[in-house]
Amino acid sequence: MTQTIARQGMTRRQLLSRTVAAGAAAMVLGTGFIAAPDAAWAYETTKLKPETFATLVQMARDIYPHDRIPTENYVEAVKGYDSDDAAAEIEAGIAALDAAAQGAGFANYLDAGWEADRVKLLRGMEQSAFFQKIRGGLVTGLYNQKAVWPLFGYEGESFSKGGYINRGFDDINWL
Amino acid sequence: MVAKFDLNDDSVVVIVGSGAGGGVLSNELAQKGVKVVTLEAGGRYLPEDYINDEWDSFGQLAWLDPRTTSGDWRVAKDFSGLPAWIVKAVGGTTIHWAGASLRFQEHEWKAASTYGPVPGANLLDWPIDSAEMAPWYDKAEEKLGVTRTGDRPGLPGNNNFKVLEKGAKAIGYKEVHTGRMAINSVERDDRNSCQQTGFCFQGCKWGAKWSAAYTEIPRGEATGNLEVRDHCHVTKINHNDKGQIVSVTYIDKEGKEQTQKARLVCVAGNTIESPRLLLNSASSMFPNGLANSSGQVGRNYMRHVTGSVYATFDKPVRMWRGTTMAGIVQDEARHDPSRGFVGGYELETLALGIPFMAAFLDPGSWGREFTTALDSYENMAGLWIVGEDMPQETNRVTLNTAVKDKFGLPVPDVHFSDHPNDVAMRKHAYAQGRKIYEAVGATRVLPTPPYPSTHNLGTNRMSEDPRLGVVNKWGQTHDISNLFISDGSQFTTGAAENPTLTIVALAIRQADHIASEIEKGAL
Ligand SMILES: Cc1cc2nc3c(=O)[nH]c(=O)nc-3n(C[C@H](O)[C@H](O)[C@H](O)COP(=O)(O)OP(=O)(O)OC[C@H]3O[C@@H](n4cnc5c(N)ncnc54)[C@H](O)[C@@H]3O)c2cc1C
Ligand code: SF4
Repeated sequence: MTQTIARQGMTRRQLLSRTVAAGAAAMVLGTGFIAAPDAAWAYETTKLKPETFATLVQMARDIYPHDRIPTENYVEAVKGYDSDDAAAEIEAGIAALDAAAQGAGFANYLDAGWEADRVKLLRGMEQSAFFQKIRGGLVTGLYNQKAVWPLFGYEGESFSKGGYINRGFDDINWL
Repeated sequence: MVAKFDLNDDSVVVIVGSGAGGGVLSNELAQKGVKVVTLEAGGRYLPEDYINDEWDSFGQLAWLDPRTTSGDWRVAKDFSGLPAWIVKAVGGTTIHWAGASLRFQEHEWKAASTYGPVPGANLLDWPIDSAEMAPWYDKAEEKLGVTRTGDRPGLPGNNNFKVLEKGAKAIGYKEVHTGRMAINSVERDDRNSCQQTGFCFQGCKWGAKWSAAYTEIPRGEATGNLEVRDHCHVTKINHNDKGQIVSVTYIDKEGKEQTQKARLVCVAGNTIESPRLLLNSASSMFPNGLANSSGQVGRNYMRHVTGSVYATFDKPVRMWRGTTMAGIVQDEARHDPSRGFVGGYELETLALGIPFMAAFLDPGSWGREFTTALDSYENMAGLWIVGEDMPQETNRVTLNTAVKDKFGLPVPDVHFSDHPNDVAMRKHAYAQGRKIYEAVGATRVLPTPPYPSTHNLGTNRMSEDPRLGVVNKWGQTHDISNLFISDGSQFTTGAAENPTLTIVALAIRQADHIASEIEKGAL
């Protein structure tokens, strides 16, 4: 699970008071924390700049937008990149994304406040190795999280419950 | 008592691979009193080990040694290191398989004469026919406990089937049922009946689905005539100066190279590894690889015309519940060139969980067009197309000398491009799939491209004429009398049906032949 600010010993109010707006999905806090605007989740980066991580999380949502999946699951999906191995490549990739945003008249990617504008930027770089790496990683990083399965209705493991023989394998009633 | 044979015992039959072909052959020979050493690259996993989780199970069971791809198939772009989905374990891909068990139709044994010349296709008639195979199919259906054959009842239909059935009947299809499945609809053969768990692809934890892992292998071992050595990867087949096979070299569990002597060798490593092993066994006497005087080793790689159609509805289906593939429409399996292609196809129910659906629904795509489809996952129904593809000489498994596996051996490159007949058939099947689901009110229908190959066929094909194929009608190589091929690579053509029942029937028949030749002193 994501580290929560509460566990870091900060109250929700303290947290909110330290935030600076960083797009819809995430807020960058002063000291390496980023958090949801409503403090539902937060994450402390170790290798990536918090702004970079916040941009990455927004990019992840823009690639695979599911309105019912909370941002913490996108954080979970990309937090592996906050590591020694990946940091340089991610910083460079996000810098390129921000540069593309500047070319389109925004201060940076997160400054492009509307999804449609951000998606346009992503379409422009979808052949890049960076984009493909992030997208490819999300396929398992996001969808293989057991926490998101119920949001799709998927029930996962069933052997321990005796299969579906008495639990609706043929319960369709609208045909 | 499980047998233990000496490395220098040259009276044993060595079988490479323990899947549908090798596993069945091992047990059948052992039952007849023939001494067998089966060498299997993978480990042992039984129902208690199987995992109800798509990626975890894949990690546990799949063959993940490096492979490369080429050709214009989309798999080469989206899954360039994973041309095929094959199991590396005792029992082989029968752990993953879904259990659909169909006989070839009569004309499919004679594709070349039935279809006539098809430009670019390397079609050939099998040197055997439907009458020859009928008794072996009977035995195979009995062994696998195939539903709707013998006195075995069909499986009940799950939600995914009910949607397919209603739609198919609405557009006039007649041959629609819950399939002929190697899955117990009632307890049988000391195995459970299906509990509708929905993880058939991940290994059946109830043992309701037939798999060589927990039927053929332990039963063969119980005879005292079969030794299965797991984690033993065969790297080379060795011959003497008369061109007869004398032994195989393998790397054992500890990573040590060993040589097992043999009276004869049967290769059953699946359609990619079997030709690779023959090619990697090239020698000064056989510079193009073993049994390759025809030049056909590795060629004519077939994978069936596949593809899926997923449809979303305004209400829940929950297709993942219950047997993955117990549902079929057979009306299009006939040969009817008026549709614009030769051969036919089956439509079978198929469900993936969310993790695999995300990976395979439309690989590489992103954005709301993709995610809104997944958002409707609960309301989705799905089917899989299985059709006859055209053998082509240029679709082939070759050695990629630029890439080596952990033993330093060249990896297989799997080259595949669709034949125009394949393209026409897939297009037709997609359209029929769409009609089926639209007839029951689908709100959106999506064509899904072929997954990495699950049906791998044809790279050591059977032929009457030694110049046109690799093995004769017994699976014995034309060039070397004590070298046999015992898996799906023997297929001359692929037919419209899922291949495993035919692989099993051929293995039972081959065991009978080998045992009687040994008894006669001919082998
Ligand atoms: C998800 C899935 C679903 C399927 N569903 C169906 C279905 O419903 N109906 C159907 O008919 N078919 C189905 N199939 C296909 C079916 O599983 C295969 O056709 C069948 O198992 C092939 O048999 P085989 O003997 O050729 O090879 P396999 O069963 O793959 O066995 C080959 C074995 O050889 C071993 N091996 C390979 N090389 C070496 C070596 N050098 N040394 C030692 N061992 C080696 C491998 O580890 C493996 O265990 C499915 C396949 C998959 C993946
Ligand atoms: S649905 Fe039936 S056959 Fe498939 S895994 Fe479950 S019990 Fe086994």
